[in-house]
Amino acid sequence: MKLLNHTLLYLSASLIFILSIWAVVFYFSMMDEVYDSIDDGLENYKILIIKKAHQDTSLLNKRNFGESNYAIRPIKREWALRATEVFKDTAMYMEYEEEFETVRMLTTYFSTRNDRYYELKIIASMVEEDDLVADLLHALLWLYLAVIASAFIINNWVLRKIWRPFYQLQNELRGFKLGEDNVFSPPQTRVTEFRDMNDTVAALLKANIAVFQNQKQFIENVSHELQTPLAIALNKLELLLEQVQGEDAQVQLLANAIQHLERMTRLNKSLLLLSKIENQQFSKEERVDFNARLRQQIEDFGELLQYKRINLEIREEAQLNVLFNVDLADVLIANLLKNAIVHNHDGGSIRVRVTDNGFEIANTGRAQPLETDKLFTRFYRPTDHASSTGLGLAVVNAIAQRYHARVAYQYEGGLHHLSFRFIN
Amino acid sequence: MKLLIVEDEQGLRDNMMQFLCKEQYIVETASDFHSAMEKVSLYDYDCILLDVGLPDGSGLSLLEVLKSKQKRDNVIIISAKDSLDDKLEGLELGADDYLTKPFHLAELNARIKAVLRRKALGGRNVIALNNMELDFDGRVLRVDGNDIHLNRKEFDILAFFIVNKNRLIYKSALAEHVWGDHIDNADNFDFIYSQIKNLRKKLKEHGANLEIQAIYGVGYKLTV
Repeated sequence: MKLLNHTLLYLSASLIFILSIWAVVFYFSMMDEVYDSIDDGLENYKILIIKKAHQDTSLLNKRNFGESNYAIRPIKREWALRATEVFKDTAMYMEYEEEFETVRMLTTYFSTRNDRYYELKIIASMVEEDDLVADLLHALLWLYLAVIASAFIINNWVLRKIWRPFYQLQNELRGFKLGEDNVFSPPQTRVTEFRDMNDTVAALLKANIAVFQNQKQFIENVSHELQTPLAIALNKLELLLEQVQGEDAQVQLLANAIQHLERMTRLNKSLLLLSKIENQQFSKEERVDFNARLRQQIEDFGELLQYKRINLEIREEAQLNVLFNVDLADVLIANLLKNAIVHNHDGGSIRVRVTDNGFEIANTGRAQPLETDKLFTRFYRPTDHASSTGLGLAVVNAIAQRYHARVAYQYEGGLHHLSFRFIN
Repeated sequence: MKLLIVEDEQGLRDNMMQFLCKEQYIVETASDFHSAMEKVSLYDYDCILLDVGLPDGSGLSLLEVLKSKQKRDNVIIISAKDSLDDKLEGLELGADDYLTKPFHLAELNARIKAVLRRKALGGRNVIALNNMELDFDGRVLRVDGNDIHLNRKEFDILAFFIVNKNRLIYKSALAEHVWGDHIDNADNFDFIYSQIKNLRKKLKEHGANLEIQAIYGVGYKLTV
């Protein structure tokens, strides 16, 4: 649920409550005022009638309300002395409305100069309470709707305006990739909270970028520093290998040591290559004819294919000419091809397909799909291949990211498909 | 033939020296930029093995000096950096080849010989061995004067063996030389064996007088 709707939900719930209480209080205070004003009118009328009755005694004979709104009847003295003036609501038949309606009636007592006591009843028409309540509810409903609607509109406008820096930050963060962007510039804002948030996020990212850079730098430095000792050790073993010729067991031991040092060298080279790709050190680009490069490398791997009796078919459905770094294109193709050969079985097959947005290499191999989520991570080795560095597909993935392409794996029809496609 | 090794790492320097002395070269060494400059200005060398990253200066500036003095020494750059820019810059400054650490000594040997062969002005780019002649320009093998067709890889294998004759060649050194870096340790290089078998057969058919010996699990050796 959006922030806007959250506010609106809370606002409408609390408004129902507040407006209801307000309506009740308003109703009672209004009614109080109405009674007060009617009662004042009745009092005033009483004084006028009593004054007039003193002058004109014929008034004293008006027993029924009839056309006017008062009635007088004589009562006993002791009763009159005991009684008090009373206002009350009562019902009376209204000719106009043709039904009984509430009226306000004042019952009071007075005496004339000749010591006669009378009871005086005066009525005044009242507001119709049921109509009033209905009207009030109606008005309240409209008020409620109007308040909610205006809150919605104002909120929408204000929130959109006020929260703009937030959405900008959100956008910036969504596009941010650790390792690709080396600077992060949060949007400018005058709102303190947002500025604080922006500063915090910027500081956090800065620290992370620094850690990431350090780590990258470290891997690069280590790989670089290892080159020379590796070279020295390898060459020393080669020299030793020449000297111990004839001693078969020793030769085997040395060859084995060389083999492992070479594996370490390859690992080191791959790590350096990964660092370089991530550092965008392969900046030189030109139009690369992937069809030709693929054919060339298939030929280079010819002896290996022949040795493993692997049948390779290439289907060129389109010409793939892309702006690419030549060295990376070769590494990419070599890694994928080698992958398809090394993880294949003798007498297996490989199918290469070139389309207008990429290429795909499918090969036979282990009859079960690989773990897709781990496939492109560093040092993932599905089979126990002693010679594999576990970095080949990580390198492929790094190249793909560098060129906004997608590498995908699929196991279908007994073939492992690895595809490299440009997105656009 | 006189070689100069400019390398600050003693281990590497010793390895190269030990290996190259066996090839009957006169080998001198320099461990830093200044002593290298001194030697280069005093003597002429047939080939200089030049490390780019020296403690007191870049090997590339030594190249510039050579170029400005119009010295014709051959230079092979040896760098820990597998960087294309360095390579291009070095080759533009007149270096003849570029080798990345770590390398196989047999590969270094092949590179030096290739450079020296090309340098032999007016000379033909060939190696003669017994009754054979390996012609690098025409990329053809002649046995007793008859041309024998070898495919690209067979030629490269044979050439590598001949320049490193009487040495044990580790299988990955051969694989990397012929198939390039991309092949790395593909299935332990067993596939090379069948290539060598074909080559042996061809050589035998045409009566070439040499023997390629396989040392199981290690590599090969061409004995003359």
